[in-house]
Amino acid sequence: MPAKKADRVATAVLTMAALSLILILAWFLLYVLRRGLPVLTPQFLTSSPRELEAGGGVGPQLFNSFYILFLSLFFSLPVGLGTGVYLAEYARPSRWTDLVRLSVESLATVPSIVLGLFGMIIFVNFFGLGFTILGGALTLALLNLPLLVRVTEEAIRAVPVSYREASLALGATQWQTVRQVVIPAALPGIITGVTLTAGRALGETAVLIYTAGTSASRHFFDLDPFNAGETLAVHLWYVRAESLVPDAGRIADGAAALLIIAVLVFNLILGLPARLVLRRLTTGGHR
Amino acid sequence: MSYVRYQNRYMAMVLLGAAILVIMTIVAIIGFVGRQGLLTLSDVSWREFFLSPHWNPTSGQYGALVFILGSLAVTFLALLFGAPLGLAAAIYMAKIAGGPMRDVMRAATDLFVGIPSVVYGWIGLTVLIPVLQRLTGQSGFGLLPAAIVLGIMILPTLVSISEDALRALPISLEEASLALGATRWQTIWEVLLPAARPGILTAMVLAMARAIGETMAVQMLIGNTPQLPRGLIAPTSALTSEIVVEMANTPFGSTWNNALFLMALVLLLISLALILLIRFISRGRLT
Repeated sequence: MPAKKADRVATAVLTMAALSLILILAWFLLYVLRRGLPVLTPQFLTSSPRELEAGGGVGPQLFNSFYILFLSLFFSLPVGLGTGVYLAEYARPSRWTDLVRLSVESLATVPSIVLGLFGMIIFVNFFGLGFTILGGALTLALLNLPLLVRVTEEAIRAVPVSYREASLALGATQWQTVRQVVIPAALPGIITGVTLTAGRALGETAVLIYTAGTSASRHFFDLDPFNAGETLAVHLWYVRAESLVPDAGRIADGAAALLIIAVLVFNLILGLPARLVLRRLTTGGHR
Repeated sequence: MSYVRYQNRYMAMVLLGAAILVIMTIVAIIGFVGRQGLLTLSDVSWREFFLSPHWNPTSGQYGALVFILGSLAVTFLALLFGAPLGLAAAIYMAKIAGGPMRDVMRAATDLFVGIPSVVYGWIGLTVLIPVLQRLTGQSGFGLLPAAIVLGIMILPTLVSISEDALRALPISLEEASLALGATRWQTIWEVLLPAARPGILTAMVLAMARAIGETMAVQMLIGNTPQLPRGLIAPTSALTSEIVVEMANTPFGSTWNNALFLMALVLLLISLALILLIRFISRGRLT
Protein backbone atom coordinates (compact mmCIF):
# COMPACT_ATOMS: atom_id res chain seq x y z
CA MET A 1 0.00 0.00 0.00
CA PRO A 2 1.46 3.40 -0.89
CA ALA A 3 2.51 5.40 2.12
CA LYS A 4 0.08 8.27 1.56
CA LYS A 5 -2.87 5.93 1.33
CA ALA A 6 -1.75 3.96 4.39
CA ASP A 7 -1.56 7.24 6.27
CA ARG A 8 -5.12 8.15 5.33
CA VAL A 9 -6.44 4.68 6.26
CA ALA A 10 -4.62 4.73 9.59
CA THR A 11 -5.95 8.20 10.40
CA ALA A 12 -9.47 7.05 9.62
CA VAL A 13 -9.12 3.92 11.77
CA LEU A 14 -7.67 5.82 14.73
CA THR A 15 -10.37 8.48 14.50
CA MET A 16 -13.03 5.80 14.42
CA ALA A 17 -11.56 4.12 17.51
CA ALA A 18 -11.69 7.42 19.40
CA LEU A 19 -15.23 8.15 18.22
CA SER A 20 -16.42 4.67 19.14
CA LEU A 21 -15.09 5.27 22.65
CA ILE A 22 -17.19 8.40 22.94
CA LEU A 23 -20.19 6.65 21.39
CA ILE A 24 -19.96 3.76 23.85
CA LEU A 25 -19.88 6.24 26.72
CA ALA A 26 -22.77 8.32 25.36
CA TRP A 27 -24.81 5.20 24.74
CA PHE A 28 -24.14 3.91 28.29
CA LEU A 29 -25.26 7.20 29.81
CA LEU A 30 -28.38 7.48 27.67
CA TYR A 31 -29.30 3.83 28.18
CA VAL A 32 -29.08 4.02 31.96
CA LEU A 33 -30.86 7.37 32.16
CA ARG A 34 -33.65 6.34 29.77
CA ARG A 35 -34.38 3.22 31.82
CA GLY A 36 -33.95 4.85 35.21
CA LEU A 37 -35.31 8.39 34.98
CA PRO A 38 -39.00 7.33 34.91
CA VAL A 39 -38.40 5.47 38.18
CA LEU A 40 -37.07 8.54 39.98
CA THR A 41 -40.19 9.88 41.66
CA PRO A 42 -40.02 11.87 44.92
CA GLN A 43 -41.55 8.84 46.59
CA PHE A 44 -38.73 6.57 45.29
CA LEU A 45 -36.09 9.00 46.46
CA THR A 46 -37.41 9.37 49.99
CA SER A 47 -39.11 6.14 51.04
CA SER A 48 -37.49 3.09 52.60
CA PRO A 49 -36.94 -0.18 50.74
CA ARG A 50 -39.39 -3.03 51.30
CA GLU A 51 -38.50 -6.61 52.16
CA LEU A 52 -40.99 -8.56 50.08
CA GLU A 53 -43.53 -6.42 48.25
CA ALA A 54 -43.04 -3.99 45.38
CA GLY A 55 -42.93 -0.20 45.72
CA GLY A 56 -39.88 0.31 47.91
CA GLY A 57 -37.60 3.34 47.60
CA VAL A 58 -33.95 4.11 48.23
CA GLY A 59 -34.13 7.07 50.64
CA PRO A 60 -31.84 5.71 53.40
CA GLN A 61 -29.37 4.34 50.84
CA LEU A 62 -29.12 7.69 49.10
CA PHE A 63 -28.46 9.37 52.43
CA ASN A 64 -25.90 6.72 53.51
CA SER A 65 -23.99 7.08 50.23
CA PHE A 66 -23.28 10.73 50.89
CA TYR A 67 -22.81 10.27 54.63
CA ILE A 68 -20.18 7.53 54.14
CA LEU A 69 -18.54 9.54 51.35
CA PHE A 70 -18.33 12.59 53.62
CA LEU A 71 -16.87 10.61 56.53
CA SER A 72 -14.36 8.80 54.31
CA LEU A 73 -13.11 12.12 52.90
CA PHE A 74 -12.97 13.52 56.41
CA PHE A 75 -10.56 10.70 57.37
CA SER A 76 -8.55 10.46 54.16
CA LEU A 77 -8.11 14.13 53.25
CA PRO A 78 -5.62 15.07 56.02
CA VAL A 79 -3.41 12.02 55.42
CA GLY A 80 -3.76 12.15 51.63
CA LEU A 81 -3.03 15.86 51.32
CA GLY A 82 -0.25 15.62 53.91
CA THR A 83 1.50 12.80 52.08
CA GLY A 84 1.05 14.54 48.73
CA VAL A 85 2.60 17.75 50.09
CA TYR A 86 5.37 15.74 51.71
CA LEU A 87 6.25 13.95 48.46
CA ALA A 88 6.12 17.13 46.37
CA GLU A 89 7.85 19.56 48.71
CA TYR A 90 9.85 17.78 51.39
CA ALA A 91 11.02 14.38 50.15
CA ARG A 92 14.49 14.21 48.62
CA PRO A 93 15.24 11.43 46.15
CA SER A 94 16.26 8.57 48.41
CA ARG A 95 15.49 4.98 49.30
CA TRP A 96 13.03 6.21 51.90
CA THR A 97 11.11 8.39 49.41
CA ASP A 98 11.09 5.46 47.04
CA LEU A 99 9.48 3.34 49.76
CA VAL A 100 6.76 5.96 50.35
CA ARG A 101 6.05 6.07 46.61
CA LEU A 102 5.98 2.29 46.34
CA SER A 103 3.50 2.17 49.23
CA VAL A 104 1.20 4.71 47.57
CA GLU A 105 1.33 2.83 44.25
CA SER A 106 0.72 -0.50 45.97
CA LEU A 107 -2.20 0.88 47.94
CA ALA A 108 -3.66 2.22 44.69
CA THR A 109 -3.65 -1.24 43.09
CA VAL A 110 -4.99 -3.24 46.03
CA PRO A 111 -8.26 -4.69 44.67
CA SER A 112 -11.23 -3.06 46.37
CA ILE A 113 -12.60 -6.39 47.58
CA VAL A 114 -9.28 -7.01 49.38
CA LEU A 115 -9.58 -3.60 51.04
CA GLY A 116 -13.11 -4.62 52.04
CA LEU A 117 -11.89 -7.83 53.63
CA PHE A 118 -9.13 -5.94 55.46
CA GLY A 119 -11.74 -3.54 56.84
CA MET A 120 -13.84 -6.51 57.83
CA ILE A 121 -10.99 -8.09 59.82
CA ILE A 122 -10.21 -4.81 61.59
CA PHE A 123 -13.57 -3.17 62.22
CA VAL A 124 -16.11 -5.99 62.13
CA ASN A 125 -14.11 -8.69 63.87
CA PHE A 126 -11.12 -7.19 65.72
CA PHE A 127 -13.04 -4.23 67.18
CA GLY A 128 -16.26 -6.25 67.19
CA LEU A 129 -18.35 -3.40 65.80
CA GLY A 130 -20.28 -5.45 63.27
CA PHE A 131 -21.28 -3.75 60.02
CA THR A 132 -21.11 -0.01 60.64
CA ILE A 133 -21.11 3.25 58.73
CA LEU A 134 -17.90 4.15 60.57
CA GLY A 135 -16.10 0.95 59.53
CA GLY A 136 -17.27 1.39 55.96
CA ALA A 137 -16.13 5.01 55.84
CA LEU A 138 -12.71 4.20 57.31
CA THR A 139 -12.20 1.38 54.82
CA LEU A 140 -13.39 3.55 51.95
CA ALA A 141 -10.86 6.15 53.13
CA LEU A 142 -8.12 3.63 52.26
CA LEU A 143 -9.43 3.55 48.69
CA ASN A 144 -9.37 7.37 48.45
CA LEU A 145 -6.00 7.77 50.07
CA PRO A 146 -3.63 6.92 47.18
CA LEU A 147 -5.76 8.91 44.71
CA LEU A 148 -5.63 11.96 46.95
CA VAL A 149 -1.87 11.64 47.38
CA ARG A 150 -1.42 11.49 43.62
CA VAL A 151 -3.65 14.45 42.72
CA THR A 152 -2.16 16.59 45.49
CA GLU A 153 1.40 15.82 44.46
CA GLU A 154 0.66 16.51 40.79
CA ALA A 155 -1.14 19.77 41.51
CA ILE A 156 1.67 20.98 43.75
CA ARG A 157 4.39 20.02 41.30
CA ALA A 158 2.60 22.07 38.62
CA VAL A 159 3.24 25.25 40.65
CA PRO A 160 6.24 27.07 39.11
CA VAL A 161 9.50 26.95 41.07
CA SER A 162 9.79 30.75 40.82
CA TYR A 163 6.85 31.09 43.27
CA ARG A 164 8.81 29.20 45.92
CA GLU A 165 12.04 31.03 45.19
CA ALA A 166 10.33 34.39 45.52
CA SER A 167 8.74 33.40 48.83
CA LEU A 168 11.94 31.92 50.27
CA ALA A 169 13.93 34.95 49.10
CA LEU A 170 11.59 37.13 51.15
CA GLY A 171 12.67 35.18 54.20
CA ALA A 172 9.66 32.91 54.57
CA THR A 173 10.22 29.46 56.07
CA GLN A 174 9.51 26.34 54.03
CA TRP A 175 6.20 25.79 55.78
CA GLN A 176 5.15 29.44 55.31
CA THR A 177 5.98 29.07 51.60
CA VAL A 178 3.99 25.85 51.30
CA ARG A 179 1.08 27.14 53.31
CA GLN A 180 0.73 30.65 51.91
CA VAL A 181 2.10 30.40 48.37
CA VAL A 182 2.25 26.86 47.01
CA ILE A 183 -1.01 25.39 48.33
CA PRO A 184 -3.17 28.38 47.29
CA ALA A 185 -1.68 28.22 43.79
CA ALA A 186 -2.26 24.45 43.62
CA LEU A 187 -5.77 24.63 45.09
CA PRO A 188 -7.81 24.46 41.86
CA GLY A 189 -5.95 21.33 40.81
CA ILE A 190 -6.38 19.79 44.24
CA ILE A 191 -10.11 20.55 44.26
CA THR A 192 -10.57 18.95 40.83
CA GLY A 193 -8.71 15.88 42.04
CA VAL A 194 -10.73 15.63 45.24
CA THR A 195 -13.97 15.92 43.25
CA LEU A 196 -13.00 13.11 40.90
CA THR A 197 -11.94 10.99 43.88
CA ALA A 198 -15.26 11.66 45.59
CA GLY A 199 -17.13 10.69 42.42
CA ARG A 200 -15.32 7.37 42.34
CA ALA A 201 -15.81 6.67 46.03
CA LEU A 202 -19.54 7.35 45.77
CA GLY A 203 -20.07 4.40 43.42
CA GLU A 204 -17.76 1.99 45.23
CA THR A 205 -19.35 -1.29 46.20
CA ALA A 206 -16.90 -4.10 46.94
CA VAL A 207 -15.25 -2.14 49.78
CA LEU A 208 -18.56 -1.59 51.53
CA ILE A 209 -20.51 -4.85 51.30
CA TYR A 210 -18.62 -6.48 54.19
CA THR A 211 -17.83 -3.35 56.18
CA ALA A 212 -20.95 -1.14 56.05
CA GLY A 213 -23.25 -4.06 55.29
CA THR A 214 -26.35 -4.59 53.21
CA SER A 215 -29.00 -3.17 55.51
CA ALA A 216 -29.93 0.40 56.26
CA SER A 217 -31.58 2.19 59.15
CA ARG A 218 -35.35 2.60 58.99
CA HIS A 219 -35.07 6.15 60.27
CA PHE A 220 -34.34 8.94 57.91
CA PHE A 221 -31.17 10.97 58.40
CA ASP A 222 -29.88 8.53 60.97
CA LEU A 223 -26.47 9.97 61.81
CA ASP A 224 -25.41 7.21 64.22
CA PRO A 225 -22.09 6.01 62.72
CA PHE A 226 -22.40 2.65 64.49
CA ASN A 227 -25.45 1.63 62.49
CA ALA A 228 -25.15 -0.53 59.42
CA GLY A 229 -25.22 1.71 56.36
CA GLU A 230 -26.06 0.23 52.98
CA THR A 231 -25.25 2.64 50.17
CA LEU A 232 -26.95 3.12 46.83
CA ALA A 233 -24.31 1.19 44.88
CA VAL A 234 -24.41 -1.70 47.33
CA HIS A 235 -28.21 -1.66 47.15
CA LEU A 236 -28.12 -1.89 43.36
CA TRP A 237 -26.01 -5.02 43.65
CA TYR A 238 -27.92 -6.46 46.58
CA VAL A 239 -31.38 -5.97 45.14
CA ARG A 240 -30.28 -7.79 41.98
CA ALA A 241 -28.40 -10.62 43.65
CA GLU A 242 -30.15 -11.42 46.91
CA SER A 243 -33.38 -9.53 47.36
CA LEU A 244 -36.85 -11.03 47.12
CA VAL A 245 -38.80 -7.96 46.01
CA PRO A 246 -40.68 -8.49 42.73
CA ASP A 247 -39.68 -5.08 41.33
CA ALA A 248 -35.91 -5.56 41.81
CA GLY A 249 -35.31 -4.61 38.18
CA ARG A 250 -37.16 -1.32 38.56
CA ILE A 251 -35.25 -0.44 41.74
CA ALA A 252 -31.94 -1.34 40.10
CA ASP A 253 -32.81 0.87 37.12
CA GLY A 254 -33.54 3.78 39.43
CA ALA A 255 -30.42 3.26 41.54
CA ALA A 256 -28.22 2.99 38.42
CA ALA A 257 -29.67 6.25 37.05
CA LEU A 258 -29.09 7.99 40.38
CA LEU A 259 -25.46 6.84 40.44
CA ILE A 260 -24.93 8.04 36.88
CA ILE A 261 -26.47 11.42 37.72
CA ALA A 262 -24.15 11.67 40.72
CA VAL A 263 -21.14 10.87 38.54
CA LEU A 264 -22.19 13.51 36.01
CA VAL A 265 -22.67 16.09 38.74
CA PHE A 266 -19.28 15.36 40.29
CA ASN A 267 -17.45 15.31 36.98
CA LEU A 268 -19.10 18.06 35.00
CA ILE A 269 -20.71 20.50 37.37
CA LEU A 270 -18.51 20.39 40.47
CA GLY A 271 -15.29 19.72 38.59
CA LEU A 272 -15.79 22.28 35.87
CA PRO A 273 -15.30 25.60 37.70
CA ALA A 274 -12.04 24.37 39.25
CA ARG A 275 -10.90 23.12 35.86
CA LEU A 276 -11.57 26.50 34.26
CA VAL A 277 -9.61 28.28 36.99
CA LEU A 278 -6.85 25.74 36.53
CA ARG A 279 -6.70 26.45 32.81
CA ARG A 280 -6.50 30.19 33.44
CA LEU A 281 -3.63 29.65 35.84
CA THR A 282 -1.70 27.18 33.71
CA THR A 283 -2.09 29.08 30.46
CA GLY A 284 -1.19 32.38 32.15
CA GLY A 285 2.29 32.33 30.66
CA HIS A 286 4.15 30.62 33.49
CA ARG A 287 5.73 27.93 31.37
CA MET B 1 13.56 29.34 68.67
CA SER B 2 10.83 31.57 67.28
CA TYR B 3 7.31 30.28 66.83
CA VAL B 4 7.61 30.46 63.05
CA ARG B 5 10.72 28.27 63.04
CA TYR B 6 9.20 25.90 65.57
CA GLN B 7 6.10 25.60 63.40
CA ASN B 8 8.23 25.01 60.31
CA ARG B 9 9.91 22.03 61.95
CA TYR B 10 6.74 20.77 63.54
CA MET B 11 4.85 20.74 60.23
CA ALA B 12 7.67 18.86 58.50
CA MET B 13 7.26 16.16 61.14
CA VAL B 14 3.47 16.09 60.72
CA LEU B 15 3.75 15.65 56.94
CA LEU B 16 6.36 12.93 57.41
CA GLY B 17 3.93 11.28 59.82
CA ALA B 18 1.25 11.21 57.11
CA ALA B 19 3.67 9.44 54.78
CA ILE B 20 4.57 6.94 57.49
CA LEU B 21 0.86 6.26 58.02
CA VAL B 22 0.49 5.35 54.34
CA ILE B 23 3.37 2.87 54.59
CA MET B 24 1.87 1.37 57.76
CA THR B 25 -1.48 0.98 56.02
CA ILE B 26 -0.19 -1.14 53.15
CA VAL B 27 1.94 -3.19 55.56
CA ALA B 28 -1.11 -3.77 57.77
CA ILE B 29 -3.22 -4.84 54.79
CA ILE B 30 -0.63 -7.39 53.67
CA GLY B 31 -0.10 -8.54 57.25
CA PHE B 32 -3.72 -8.99 58.33
CA VAL B 33 -5.08 -10.44 55.08
CA GLY B 34 -1.97 -12.61 54.76
CA ARG B 35 -2.19 -13.98 58.30
CA GLN B 36 -5.89 -14.79 57.98
CA GLY B 37 -5.38 -16.41 54.58
CA LEU B 38 -2.35 -18.48 55.54
CA LEU B 39 -4.36 -20.05 58.40
CA THR B 40 -6.02 -22.07 55.63
CA LEU B 41 -2.81 -23.96 55.02
CA SER B 42 -3.02 -25.63 58.42
CA ASP B 43 -6.12 -27.50 57.19
CA VAL B 44 -5.60 -27.62 53.44
CA SER B 45 -2.40 -28.41 51.58
CA TRP B 46 -1.15 -25.64 49.31
CA ARG B 47 -1.04 -28.23 46.55
CA GLU B 48 -4.77 -28.84 46.83
CA PHE B 49 -5.60 -25.13 47.04
CA PHE B 50 -3.59 -24.10 44.00
CA LEU B 51 -3.85 -27.20 41.79
CA SER B 52 -7.21 -28.84 42.44
CA PRO B 53 -10.28 -27.69 40.49
CA HIS B 54 -12.65 -29.20 43.08
CA TRP B 55 -14.22 -26.53 45.27
CA ASN B 56 -16.73 -28.10 47.59
CA PRO B 57 -16.17 -26.71 51.09
CA THR B 58 -19.14 -28.57 52.62
CA SER B 59 -17.33 -31.85 51.95
CA GLY B 60 -13.86 -30.51 52.71
CA GLN B 61 -12.60 -29.83 49.19
CA TYR B 62 -10.81 -26.50 48.88
CA GLY B 63 -9.34 -26.44 45.38
CA ALA B 64 -9.23 -22.85 44.07
CA LEU B 65 -7.76 -23.58 40.64
CA VAL B 66 -11.03 -22.73 38.86
CA PHE B 67 -11.10 -19.27 40.40
CA ILE B 68 -7.44 -18.55 39.73
CA LEU B 69 -7.80 -19.62 36.10
CA GLY B 70 -11.08 -17.71 35.82
CA SER B 71 -9.46 -14.50 37.05
CA LEU B 72 -6.49 -14.87 34.72
CA ALA B 73 -8.65 -15.80 31.71
CA VAL B 74 -11.06 -12.91 32.17
CA THR B 75 -8.15 -10.48 32.63
CA PHE B 76 -6.32 -11.54 29.47
CA LEU B 77 -9.52 -11.55 27.41
CA ALA B 78 -10.39 -8.08 28.69
CA LEU B 79 -6.96 -6.84 27.67
CA LEU B 80 -7.37 -8.51 24.28
CA PHE B 81 -10.63 -6.58 23.72
CA GLY B 82 -9.62 -3.32 25.38
CA ALA B 83 -5.98 -2.80 24.41
CA PRO B 84 -6.34 -2.26 20.63
CA LEU B 85 -9.22 0.18 21.07
CA GLY B 86 -7.59 1.95 24.00
CA LEU B 87 -4.23 2.32 22.28
CA ALA B 88 -5.82 3.54 19.04
CA ALA B 89 -7.82 6.14 20.94
CA ALA B 90 -4.67 7.22 22.81
CA ILE B 91 -2.75 7.70 19.55
CA TYR B 92 -5.65 9.71 18.16
CA MET B 93 -5.75 11.87 21.27
CA ALA B 94 -2.01 12.47 21.42
CA LYS B 95 -1.17 12.98 17.77
CA ILE B 96 -4.25 13.58 15.61
CA ALA B 97 -6.95 15.34 17.62
CA GLY B 98 -7.07 19.12 17.89
CA GLY B 99 -7.40 20.88 21.22
CA PRO B 100 -11.20 20.85 21.64
CA MET B 101 -11.51 17.20 20.59
CA ARG B 102 -8.78 16.29 23.05
CA ASP B 103 -10.70 18.04 25.82
CA VAL B 104 -13.82 16.06 24.93
CA MET B 105 -11.84 12.81 24.98
CA ARG B 106 -10.29 13.68 28.32
CA ALA B 107 -13.69 14.45 29.83
CA ALA B 108 -14.94 11.16 28.39
CA THR B 109 -12.15 9.12 29.98
CA ASP B 110 -12.80 10.85 33.33
CA LEU B 111 -16.47 9.91 33.05
CA PHE B 112 -15.58 6.33 32.13
CA VAL B 113 -13.54 6.05 35.34
CA GLY B 114 -16.39 7.59 37.31
CA ILE B 115 -19.09 5.11 36.26
CA PRO B 116 -19.45 2.69 39.19
CA SER B 117 -18.59 -0.92 38.52
CA VAL B 118 -22.05 -2.09 39.65
CA VAL B 119 -23.53 0.09 36.90
CA TYR B 120 -21.20 -1.52 34.34
CA GLY B 121 -22.35 -4.87 35.67
CA TRP B 122 -25.99 -3.82 35.49
CA ILE B 123 -25.61 -2.69 31.86
CA GLY B 124 -23.93 -5.99 31.00
CA LEU B 125 -26.69 -7.88 32.75
CA THR B 126 -29.52 -6.10 30.95
CA VAL B 127 -27.89 -5.74 27.51
CA LEU B 128 -25.27 -8.43 26.88
CA ILE B 129 -26.73 -11.38 28.75
CA PRO B 130 -30.11 -11.38 26.91
CA VAL B 131 -28.30 -11.18 23.55
CA LEU B 132 -25.97 -14.06 24.44
CA GLN B 133 -28.93 -16.05 25.74
CA ARG B 134 -30.68 -15.72 22.41
CA LEU B 135 -27.54 -16.58 20.44
CA THR B 136 -26.56 -19.67 22.45
CA GLY B 137 -29.80 -20.90 23.99
CA GLN B 138 -27.94 -21.14 27.33
CA SER B 139 -27.87 -18.92 30.40
CA GLY B 140 -25.58 -16.43 28.65
CA PHE B 141 -23.27 -16.00 31.66
CA GLY B 142 -19.57 -16.71 31.46
CA LEU B 143 -16.10 -15.42 30.62
CA LEU B 144 -17.15 -13.62 27.43
CA PRO B 145 -19.69 -11.11 28.83
CA ALA B 146 -17.46 -10.45 31.86
CA ALA B 147 -14.43 -9.87 29.62
CA ILE B 148 -16.30 -7.58 27.22
CA VAL B 149 -17.52 -5.35 30.04
CA LEU B 150 -14.10 -5.44 31.73
CA GLY B 151 -12.49 -4.56 28.40
CA ILE B 152 -14.56 -1.38 28.37
CA MET B 153 -13.88 -0.65 32.04
CA ILE B 154 -10.10 -0.68 31.54
CA LEU B 155 -10.26 1.73 28.56
CA PRO B 156 -9.67 4.91 30.60
CA THR B 157 -6.52 3.44 32.20
CA LEU B 158 -5.20 2.36 28.81
CA VAL B 159 -6.05 5.63 27.08
CA SER B 160 -4.81 8.12 29.66
CA ILE B 161 -1.48 6.44 30.45
CA SER B 162 -0.65 5.58 26.81
CA GLU B 163 -1.54 9.13 25.81
CA ASP B 164 0.73 10.56 28.51
CA ALA B 165 3.54 8.32 27.29
CA LEU B 166 3.11 9.47 23.68
CA ARG B 167 2.89 13.14 24.60
CA ALA B 168 5.95 12.94 26.84
CA LEU B 169 8.19 12.06 23.86
CA PRO B 170 10.51 14.84 22.71
CA ILE B 171 9.07 16.67 19.73
CA SER B 172 12.44 16.37 17.94
CA LEU B 173 11.76 12.64 17.32
CA GLU B 174 8.62 13.51 15.41
CA GLU B 175 10.20 16.41 13.56
CA ALA B 176 13.21 14.35 12.47
CA SER B 177 10.96 11.64 11.09
CA LEU B 178 8.65 14.06 9.28
CA ALA B 179 11.65 15.97 7.88
CA LEU B 180 12.88 12.71 6.34
CA GLY B 181 9.63 12.62 4.39
CA ALA B 182 7.78 10.05 6.50
CA THR B 183 4.00 10.32 6.66
CA ARG B 184 2.28 10.87 10.01
CA TRP B 185 1.36 7.20 10.26
CA GLN B 186 4.89 6.07 9.40
CA THR B 187 6.17 8.40 12.10
CA ILE B 188 3.69 7.03 14.64
CA TRP B 189 4.32 3.40 13.78
CA GLU B 190 8.06 3.42 13.21
CA VAL B 191 9.23 6.10 15.64
CA LEU B 192 6.73 7.16 18.29
CA LEU B 193 5.22 3.81 19.30
CA PRO B 194 8.61 2.09 19.77
CA ALA B 195 9.88 5.09 21.74
CA ALA B 196 6.79 5.11 23.97
CA ARG B 197 6.85 1.36 24.54
CA PRO B 198 7.67 1.44 28.28
CA GLY B 199 4.75 3.79 28.93
CA ILE B 200 2.38 1.74 26.82
CA LEU B 201 3.44 -1.46 28.58
CA THR B 202 2.85 0.30 31.91
CA ALA B 203 -0.65 1.20 30.75
CA MET B 204 -1.37 -2.44 29.92
CA VAL B 205 -0.01 -3.77 33.19
CA LEU B 206 -2.05 -1.23 35.19
CA ALA B 207 -5.11 -2.18 33.15
CA MET B 208 -4.49 -5.82 34.03
CA ALA B 209 -4.24 -4.88 37.70
CA ARG B 210 -7.57 -3.10 37.46
CA ALA B 211 -9.18 -6.01 35.60
CA ILE B 212 -8.01 -8.79 37.91
CA GLY B 213 -9.22 -6.91 40.99
CA GLU B 214 -12.58 -5.93 39.54
CA THR B 215 -15.32 -7.53 41.56
CA MET B 216 -18.87 -6.35 41.04
CA ALA B 217 -19.15 -6.43 37.25
CA VAL B 218 -17.45 -9.83 37.11
CA GLN B 219 -19.69 -11.23 39.83
CA MET B 220 -22.80 -10.08 37.97
CA LEU B 221 -21.75 -11.59 34.63
CA ILE B 222 -19.53 -14.63 35.08
CA GLY B 223 -22.20 -17.04 36.36
CA ASN B 224 -20.62 -17.83 39.78
CA THR B 225 -20.36 -21.58 39.32
CA PRO B 226 -17.22 -23.27 40.63
CA GLN B 227 -16.49 -25.35 37.55
CA LEU B 228 -13.94 -25.16 34.76
CA PRO B 229 -15.62 -23.36 31.85
CA ARG B 230 -16.61 -25.48 28.84
CA GLY B 231 -16.40 -22.46 26.61
CA LEU B 232 -16.43 -18.70 26.63
CA ILE B 233 -20.17 -18.56 27.30
CA ALA B 234 -20.48 -21.07 30.13
CA PRO B 235 -20.83 -20.24 33.82
CA THR B 236 -17.59 -20.29 35.79
CA SER B 237 -16.14 -18.14 38.56
CA ALA B 238 -13.21 -15.91 39.49
CA LEU B 239 -11.36 -15.08 42.72
CA THR B 240 -13.10 -11.77 43.33
CA SER B 241 -16.62 -12.95 42.52
CA GLU B 242 -16.28 -16.10 44.64
CA ILE B 243 -15.15 -14.03 47.65
CA VAL B 244 -18.14 -11.70 47.34
CA VAL B 245 -20.65 -14.50 46.92
CA GLU B 246 -19.42 -16.76 49.73
CA MET B 247 -18.11 -14.36 52.36
CA ALA B 248 -21.59 -13.75 53.78
CA ASN B 249 -22.35 -17.44 54.30
CA THR B 250 -19.24 -18.47 56.20
CA PRO B 251 -18.38 -17.90 59.87
CA PHE B 252 -15.20 -15.86 60.49
CA GLY B 253 -12.30 -18.14 61.39
CA SER B 254 -13.63 -21.31 59.73
CA THR B 255 -11.46 -23.08 57.15
CA TRP B 256 -13.92 -22.09 54.45
CA ASN B 257 -13.71 -18.44 55.47
CA ASN B 258 -9.91 -18.57 55.73
CA ALA B 259 -9.74 -20.06 52.24
CA LEU B 260 -11.57 -16.98 50.95
CA PHE B 261 -8.95 -14.82 52.66
CA LEU B 262 -6.24 -16.90 51.00
CA MET B 263 -7.88 -16.09 47.66
CA ALA B 264 -7.77 -12.42 48.63
CA LEU B 265 -4.08 -12.83 49.47
CA VAL B 266 -3.46 -14.35 46.01
CA LEU B 267 -5.17 -11.33 44.44
CA LEU B 268 -3.15 -8.96 46.61
CA LEU B 269 0.15 -10.63 45.72
CA ILE B 270 -0.70 -10.58 41.99
CA SER B 271 -1.46 -6.84 42.23
CA LEU B 272 1.78 -6.14 44.09
CA ALA B 273 3.73 -8.22 41.56
CA LEU B 274 2.22 -6.11 38.76
CA ILE B 275 3.36 -2.91 40.53
CA LEU B 276 6.88 -4.28 40.79
CA LEU B 277 6.70 -5.24 37.11
CA ILE B 278 5.85 -1.62 36.24
CA ARG B 279 8.85 -0.39 38.22
CA PHE B 280 11.00 -2.89 36.36
CA ILE B 281 9.67 -1.64 33.01
CA SER B 282 10.28 2.02 33.81
CA ARG B 283 13.80 1.31 35.15
CA GLY B 284 14.65 -0.38 31.85
CA ARG B 285 13.87 2.87 30.09
CA LEU B 286 16.35 4.81 32.19
CA THR B 287 19.36 2.64 31.42
